[in-house]
Amino acid sequence: MNLLHFFLQNQDQIVELTLEHLWLVGISTLLAVVVGIPLGILSAHWPVWNRPVLGTANIIQTIPSLALFGFLLPVPWLGDRADRLAILALTLYALLPVIRNTYTGIRGVDPAVVEAGRGMGLTNSQLLFQVELPLAMSVILSGVRVAVVVSVGLATIAAAIGAGGLGEFIFRGLAMVNNQLILAGAIPAAVLALSADFGLGWLEKRLRPQ
Amino acid sequence: MERTSTNHPVIELRNVDYQLPSGQPLLAGLNLQVQRGETLVLLGRSGSGKTTTLKLINRLLAPTGGEVCVNGTPTSQSDVICLRRSIGYVIQEVGLFPHFTVERNIGLVPHIEGWTPERIHLRVEELMRLVGLDPQIASRYPHQLSGGQRQRVGVARALAADPAILLMDEPFGALDALTRDQLQREFLSLQQRLNKTVVFVTHDLREALRLGSRIALMEAGRLVAVLSPEEFLRSSDPLAAAYVQAFADGLDSSSRGAS
Repeated sequence: MNLLHFFLQNQDQIVELTLEHLWLVGISTLLAVVVGIPLGILSAHWPVWNRPVLGTANIIQTIPSLALFGFLLPVPWLGDRADRLAILALTLYALLPVIRNTYTGIRGVDPAVVEAGRGMGLTNSQLLFQVELPLAMSVILSGVRVAVVVSVGLATIAAAIGAGGLGEFIFRGLAMVNNQLILAGAIPAAVLALSADFGLGWLEKRLRPQ
Repeated sequence: MERTSTNHPVIELRNVDYQLPSGQPLLAGLNLQVQRGETLVLLGRSGSGKTTTLKLINRLLAPTGGEVCVNGTPTSQSDVICLRRSIGYVIQEVGLFPHFTVERNIGLVPHIEGWTPERIHLRVEELMRLVGLDPQIASRYPHQLSGGQRQRVGVARALAADPAILLMDEPFGALDALTRDQLQREFLSLQQRLNKTVVFVTHDLREALRLGSRIALMEAGRLVAVLSPEEFLRSSDPLAAAYVQAFADGLDSSSRGAS
């Protein structure tokens, strides 16, 4: 009852920080998709690129998030604004699942189908956009889904460098030893992650080829 | 297609070699001519180079030696996309696009060639009737079709832009005996009406004898002989004779089993 009361009282701020959180996750996912899908296609079609691309994405994934935020802080322009920095870091983390699933999805398209398309005289781009990408779409989307769910959690840490988002509540709550404050950040973040997971999962199922 | 005079072969392979990037040779010194309107069957066991030969014709593979000519032009000098669109291609696994309906599968090449939707629709309906499919199933997806129906869609798709040449790689190989028999019969009557130049790959002598106007027998990447079905049955070539013998043995034991 107490918690509900607290939520109602701080409604405005919770909404504001949730929107901020969504902004951080949304923009970084979008960037990861825009950069990651082409990289995934590149490594699926030209095996030479496979190792450097996936290797780099893998290494980035192993850097602890707090350390990455810290490393990026002194970078000019980026370090000027905390949200820029947070978006870049989140984008870097989201890249791996997007690249890996694009790669797996495209490599998983039935070779007979690709061969038939090539034999019919489809150009490389027709083959990519009409055959390979549509058939790989559900696998790619499941990578995006993983990226979003992970980003929602990671973005709470962005508050540590002052980028805002629901992490503000959590860090404040931790400092003040106030469970209500922590929950005011954690519960909306969990709801965000679950609804993104559910929504994208539904979309993924719809796009899965029979 | 009338620019070339009729006595020229439609497809000609001149001294063609093909080897894998690893250096392993798959075809050596292949010379073959396919005449207008004939059905040339490439017969041989798996690994003999039949499919490789077929893929050299539509340049899914490029020869490492020699020259492949289609309509008198070396394929190395023609635009590969145009070349492939002028040649119908049917493969054993059918390779239908699983995310497209039957109609979109058949109409894909006309679509990317920029036909109007009405014209594509009419063409698809015409083709479906031609290959013995009910146009009602045009909105279905490949996974909702039987094996025989899928194969018919594959043939219709290859015929969509009315190519003069058809390449067929064991198109009926994965079908049950009865469906295969029916499709072979339909292929013959279709071929009588359409008069395409067909190169047909099979390992089945019965199919080769039934469908081929000539049979090119292949073994270990080489062309052993090119014979008409009648010549094939009387051939003294040891490999051809072995095929005929194996075929006769099969008939023998099955008739013994029946009695």
